[in-house]
Amino acid sequence: MTVSLIVEQLLNGLQFGFMLFLMAAGLTLIFGVMGLINLAHGSFYMIGAFACAAVAAATGSYWVGLAASLAAAAAAGALVEVAVIRRLYRRDHLDQVLATFALILVFSEGTRWVFGSFPLYLTVPDFLSGPVALPGGIDYPLFRFAIILIGLVIAVGLFLLIARTRLGIRIRAGESDREMIAALGVDIRKLYTTVFAIGAALAGLAGALVGTIQSVQVGMGEPVLILAFVVIIIGGLGSIVGALVSAILVGLADTLGRFLLPVAFDTFMDSSTANNVGSALASMLIYILMALVLFLRPTGLFGTRAH
Amino acid sequence: MNREAAISLLIAAGLLAAPLLGNAFDEPFVITLATKVAILGLAGTGLNIALGYGGMVSLGHAAFFGLGGYVAGILASHALNYEPLFTAPLLVEGTTQMLIIWPVAIVVSGVAALVIGALSLRTTGVFFIMITLAFAQMVYYFAISWPAYGGEDGLSIYIRSEFPGLNTLNPLHFFAICYVLLILAIGFSFLLSQSRFGLALGGARQNAQRLATVGISPFRVKLTAFVISGMMAGLAGALYADLNRFVSPSMLSWHTSGEIMVFVILGGTRRLFGPAAGAALYIVLENTLGDVSEHWLLLLGALLVALVLFARGGVIGILAGQTRHA
Amino acid sequence: MRNSLSLLTAAVAAMALATAANAETLKVGMITTLSGGGAALGIDVRDGFMLAIKQAGADIEVIAQDDQRKPDIAVQLADKMVQSDKVDVLTGIIWSNLAIAVVPAVVQQGKFYLSPNAGPSLLAGERCHENYFNVAWQNDNLAEAAGGYANDAGYSNSFLLAPNYPAGRDMLTGYKRFYKGAVANEVYTKLGANEYAPEIAQIRASGADSVYFFLPGGMGIAFLKQYAQSGLDIPLVGPAFSFDQGILQAVGEAAMGVKNTSQWNKDIDNPTNKAFVESFQAEYGRLPSLYASQGFDTASLLISAMGKASVSDADAFRDALRAADFKSTRGDFAFAPNHHPIQDIYVREVIKEGDVYTNKIVGVAMTDHANAYIDDCQM
Repeated sequence: MTVSLIVEQLLNGLQFGFMLFLMAAGLTLIFGVMGLINLAHGSFYMIGAFACAAVAAATGSYWVGLAASLAAAAAAGALVEVAVIRRLYRRDHLDQVLATFALILVFSEGTRWVFGSFPLYLTVPDFLSGPVALPGGIDYPLFRFAIILIGLVIAVGLFLLIARTRLGIRIRAGESDREMIAALGVDIRKLYTTVFAIGAALAGLAGALVGTIQSVQVGMGEPVLILAFVVIIIGGLGSIVGALVSAILVGLADTLGRFLLPVAFDTFMDSSTANNVGSALASMLIYILMALVLFLRPTGLFGTRAH
Repeated sequence: MNREAAISLLIAAGLLAAPLLGNAFDEPFVITLATKVAILGLAGTGLNIALGYGGMVSLGHAAFFGLGGYVAGILASHALNYEPLFTAPLLVEGTTQMLIIWPVAIVVSGVAALVIGALSLRTTGVFFIMITLAFAQMVYYFAISWPAYGGEDGLSIYIRSEFPGLNTLNPLHFFAICYVLLILAIGFSFLLSQSRFGLALGGARQNAQRLATVGISPFRVKLTAFVISGMMAGLAGALYADLNRFVSPSMLSWHTSGEIMVFVILGGTRRLFGPAAGAALYIVLENTLGDVSEHWLLLLGALLVALVLFARGGVIGILAGQTRHA
Repeated sequence: MRNSLSLLTAAVAAMALATAANAETLKVGMITTLSGGGAALGIDVRDGFMLAIKQAGADIEVIAQDDQRKPDIAVQLADKMVQSDKVDVLTGIIWSNLAIAVVPAVVQQGKFYLSPNAGPSLLAGERCHENYFNVAWQNDNLAEAAGGYANDAGYSNSFLLAPNYPAGRDMLTGYKRFYKGAVANEVYTKLGANEYAPEIAQIRASGADSVYFFLPGGMGIAFLKQYAQSGLDIPLVGPAFSFDQGILQAVGEAAMGVKNTSQWNKDIDNPTNKAFVESFQAEYGRLPSLYASQGFDTASLLISAMGKASVSDADAFRDALRAADFKSTRGDFAFAPNHHPIQDIYVREVIKEGDVYTNKIVGVAMTDHANAYIDDCQM
């Protein structure tokens, strides 16, 4: 095992962390403001990827595709908020889980109806394509650097949005006291629709970016959804900083676990058993991490209150 | 007799009549579906104790359901291959006797519920939902990657386990077993909800602090309820394995957790016959919507959304009105 | 659970069909995946199957229902089809875990099962049955052929990659059964994983001269795209599952030139195949995949047996199936003693025809290849 391999794997873990952050940012925003548990978040991720693939194929431009992913996911988010989610804020988590679980069925099968059963084509635009050479003889895909960069921009952007803008002030006010902000004359319904649409748009963007190097297919949002939940739970619900830290933590743990655990078990058992045991444990690792964090800090790393 | 009791009786009678009619009119598949309703209703009845009476929204009951199924599958496969499970420190052999499989399934899922519950109950609300989901995912990935019992391929049982005095291969006999267990579980839930423990559990759900001030630990009450709930789900899992003569990790997936939850809410939380009614409705929808469109999942999803939005209290809530006992 | 096509009856030209040995309609229950992520495979199998029936004008009633890729649903559908619909023959299952759950019980009840896809080793060996026929392959076949091809190509140090589940482990075993070189590393990933950067880093560091991978569906799309971005140029080889017609369009440029092994391709030169490819395109407006060819062959086998014997005479019908007296899209086709195909397996290369990515045959990996489980099967 060489140093450059370890460096490359650390980079992979970091990059995967930023990917997870992109997915988790919208989810934690929606939860923080509305206290809503949205299982259908993965559907917006899927909608974004499909919109990007379809539009990029039709126009030939990846960037128009990305814009379409934001627009389509935001539109779907606003629609769902007005039609369904709005009626759920005052309900308990149980109704929210059931309704958004049902929305997954609607979106997945609806997408299959529109786009058919085959995966769509979406690829990296030419000027972000291929690897760049790093010192130490590592070739690293340029697009993955772009994901890290976009993740950073979004993190900073969200932070500024919440800390510096009028919308941010309302969001923070809404987080701490819903009745008060309504009494002050802020149209809370419009605020919630806006926040939900922003959250959905972030998921859509994540879907488009990740779909570019993975696959654009029906059901792609579900494994991601659970990962995103793990991230925001570890980070503490509603905390953007928490989501970022925890996403990187989960990304590193998952990547290094997959890579190191089989090697570690190989030192004291035969290699095919070690491979099986190591891989099995690696796939459980982030859930173990989550259970551990919640055991030590029941509200997550950066969480302050229990919902 | 109040309205809910009448409706409950109707559901119980309907579920009993369906397979008998199916048998009379030579539609044996109806018996299979009714058996499925009874088993999934049993799993839902288990979840209802945690989710309804105890207010613990568990999105991880597939873990207990699946563990129960794997207990049945593993014991039966060892019995069929004549390979003992353990030889040291004492000889443990497989079995195809339901009367042995059930207690083992109940104990195994109970122990799992004890561990998972003890860790998860440190949290509340969304954290609780997610940590139960996380534990179920752990078990799921373990089952997929562990090759000894089939991994993702699952484990076939080939021959349905036996029950003294009955021929379990006869669909009506097997239905009778599942139906009686469902009714027993519902009866147990009734007694539980009327007992002092049930009152304490209701107290832990509504106001934990008040309960603590009268000297009862809400944690213990909730954990006990969670374990009972997991045990019922485990028993249901063992029966489900026998129904399909097969277990696989899909029993452990989070979709299964979601579906069991759907049964409970569809029927009505904290309603004794709610989970059974919900399971029946779900299975009827699953088997009829497909005739309407290839994209029947879309219809099912839309219907579920509408039910949550406009039919609070589930099917029994609509029929019996909103008044409910604690 | 049902779909709108559930009662597609193709009893058109029953009168004209002079060869019909039996007057009554044959009932086929098709359990396949028609919804959710794996639907593309099931739809192709069904469409291929229906096309063959339509062309032959055979007196067959097909009840096709969706198993949602869930074993418990598949088992219940099988119960329903046997108990209520009273079908004579079952077919359609795509996934090995579903086949293992369904097939043993079905054949024990005296029904015939013709597999258009799944071919787990259990059903080829220990649990084989006289009423079970696999028209597609034994699961290891394409992997074995890939191993044979690796020898021919002169590879001596392969990196092996598959998801950590039984089919994944079988696919690596199959490769190693024929591949003679060294193994640089053997890595199992989480089933359904879409992120392969860590494995690609390991490939880079391993010093391998070839990468053998089995990653079906979306996993393969993700891997191929990420591999192309990584700048690695170690040659890839794998079984056809990541390279079927539906998936290739989603991978695009990243799959160009990759060698894969398959028992079928659209350019296999025989009249049956030519007619099949043309008529499939005319009927459904897309190129057929290998799954569609398997569905077509399964129906052709069934029709050939119907012409010789009545399904009510199980022994005669079984002999008729065993004879495999039908024109396969693959050319020569025969059954091994354990009722799995003896067939040629080809090496294909991904090419681009106009705007469409597809495969062309560049060589033969194995001729008249059977499977490794014949001796384990006692019928």
